[in-house]
Amino acid sequence: MATPTIESIGIRSSPHGLLRRLCSGDEIARLITLVFALLTVAITAALVYQLWVLSALSRHAFGWHFFISQEWDPVFNKFGALTFVYGTLVTSAIGLLVAVPLGLGAAIFLAELAPRRLSDSLSFLIDLLAAVPSVIYGLLGVFILVPLMRTEIQPALKHSLGFLPFFQGPAYGIGFLTAGLVLAIMIVPFIISVSREVLLAVPKDQREAALGLGATRWESTWKTVVPYAKTGIMGSIFLALARALGETMAVTMVIGNNPRISASLLGPGYSIASVLANEFTEATGNLYLSALIELGLVLFLLTFVLNGLARLLIVVTTQRGSGVAQL
Amino acid sequence: MTNSKLLAGVILALFGFVGTPVRAQNINAAGATFPYPIYSKWFDEYHKLHSGIQINYQSIGSGGGIRQLTDRTVDFGASDGPMTDEQLKQAGFKILHFPTVLGADVPSYNIPGVTAELKFTPEALAGIFLGKITKWNDPAIASANPGIKLPADDIIVVHRSDGSGTTYIWTDYLSKVSGDWKAKVGTGTSVNWPVGLGGKGNEGVAGLIKQTPDSIGYVELIYAIQNHMPYGDVKNSSGAFVKASLEGVSAAAAGTAIPDDFRVSITNPPGKEAYPISSFTWLLIPAKIQDPAKRDAIKGFLVWMLTTGQQYCEPLSYAKLPKGVLASEQKAIAMIQ
Repeated sequence: MATPTIESIGIRSSPHGLLRRLCSGDEIARLITLVFALLTVAITAALVYQLWVLSALSRHAFGWHFFISQEWDPVFNKFGALTFVYGTLVTSAIGLLVAVPLGLGAAIFLAELAPRRLSDSLSFLIDLLAAVPSVIYGLLGVFILVPLMRTEIQPALKHSLGFLPFFQGPAYGIGFLTAGLVLAIMIVPFIISVSREVLLAVPKDQREAALGLGATRWESTWKTVVPYAKTGIMGSIFLALARALGETMAVTMVIGNNPRISASLLGPGYSIASVLANEFTEATGNLYLSALIELGLVLFLLTFVLNGLARLLIVVTTQRGSGVAQL
Repeated sequence: MTNSKLLAGVILALFGFVGTPVRAQNINAAGATFPYPIYSKWFDEYHKLHSGIQINYQSIGSGGGIRQLTDRTVDFGASDGPMTDEQLKQAGFKILHFPTVLGADVPSYNIPGVTAELKFTPEALAGIFLGKITKWNDPAIASANPGIKLPADDIIVVHRSDGSGTTYIWTDYLSKVSGDWKAKVGTGTSVNWPVGLGGKGNEGVAGLIKQTPDSIGYVELIYAIQNHMPYGDVKNSSGAFVKASLEGVSAAAAGTAIPDDFRVSITNPPGKEAYPISSFTWLLIPAKIQDPAKRDAIKGFLVWMLTTGQQYCEPLSYAKLPKGVLASEQKAIAMIQ
């Protein structure tokens, strides 16, 4: 690097040097990209501000009670978010529980164990899956998954696992479990594509070092490659979670649209995105509309909190030494 | 003058001539989804007769229609349920209701092994939807259907998950026939259903009923007819079991006393042939329209709708308005100024 001249120091710290700096392409690029970055922040801030302002009526009417109330009565104007938060969390949890092992397993296969040509063509198909509109998944759910659940899968679950409170009650076909499965199908492509990319980016030295020390193929994959890619994989999981939390049409068609909290996964429920999609256009009263917008704010908060926890988790686990092979 | 300047001058002059505004009236409306097929037919036919008048209708739902009209982003609205006093006060300006066609809700069901047409009493319907009557062979249902073997299965109730005029009609009827329903649930486009699964739209409810054995739900009469769904008879206030039909719906309107502002519910009306779960659907027109051209266009449309327009109703399976209502409405058009 050239020795810092008085000129260069002067330009960096004096404001009248700004115009001169702008002649340099670097500075212009820096400024433009800074503006774009700030723009995304500004849009998010504007969104939250609008949600906050428009939900004022409901916030003043219900206060903190909104978060713990299970009522949703548009006729008598009593609103509460608990049943919807429960539905959103339960369906997303089921979705993740099914999609993460499936997705991670598929990604490991595609990145480590499959021949390159097979891996490339399969991942092309999987990326196509991610592009399918959610309404199509909803229709698939209604016409194929729901009858299957009602006639085969749910009775089988009740027969074998009926002692658990999760699998008691009548088998409608639609409900938390079906919505969770539809969500799992929708978020699996995200987990697979991102995890596969991350696993492919792990340097060859890691694998070779493990194999050289006598590890089997599977040991080298599971104990060196996957931990190295842990951050990226967790990133993909939280991306999938974010999609699952906000998924509307597919969930609305198979969740049963009944705002209640029940331990049984076979029963109907309701999620925040579903109730917004169903009731927003016809909401006439001001308090009703305001309560729906407050629900939108709650969903935003939920996503924010979960993403924050995700970041925290990544920071904590990365500090324990990432990128270091642990055999 | 140079050639290019002359050319520019000629072109500008031509634009001047071409740019003379044609007297086209663009009128915006929004509201109920139930009457959308007949409204779009009417607006289309009216445009063919008066090519200068174009009415654009967006079927965003009754609630949306009321809101847009209150915010004055549309020229007139449409709703399946009449505006409440509170909504009218909130609007701040006078809004007139004009009934256009009649609709009805029917109870549709799917009971394996039962192909006959079931008869429902008001008590049975209220009990089922309140969750008090839980089995198909309950005496409240069986007593109205002697000779039909009803299974001892649990009833699965299906209702609308989205806010809609269909729900308004159904809950309005149940509120009238059951004090319990009125106290616990009430009337509205969206209510707190005691039991049941929610389907989105008539198609969602129909899909759930078709797929779920032992289920019962409510759909629009027109939807049930066009999709060949089985539906039951309902007992009206005179004690007769009536199967929903265009005649029964018109009889319901004819049998009820219609107030001057046309904001009336015609569910559970008197009359032997009346179908009890019927309703008007209304156009919401501001009483004062500033633009004289728009005012004349809207008034002209209303007159046409109440005379020639009624012939398009029955081919689309909508029930016509009874003669008495047509006459009162034609007088009410004069109130638009």
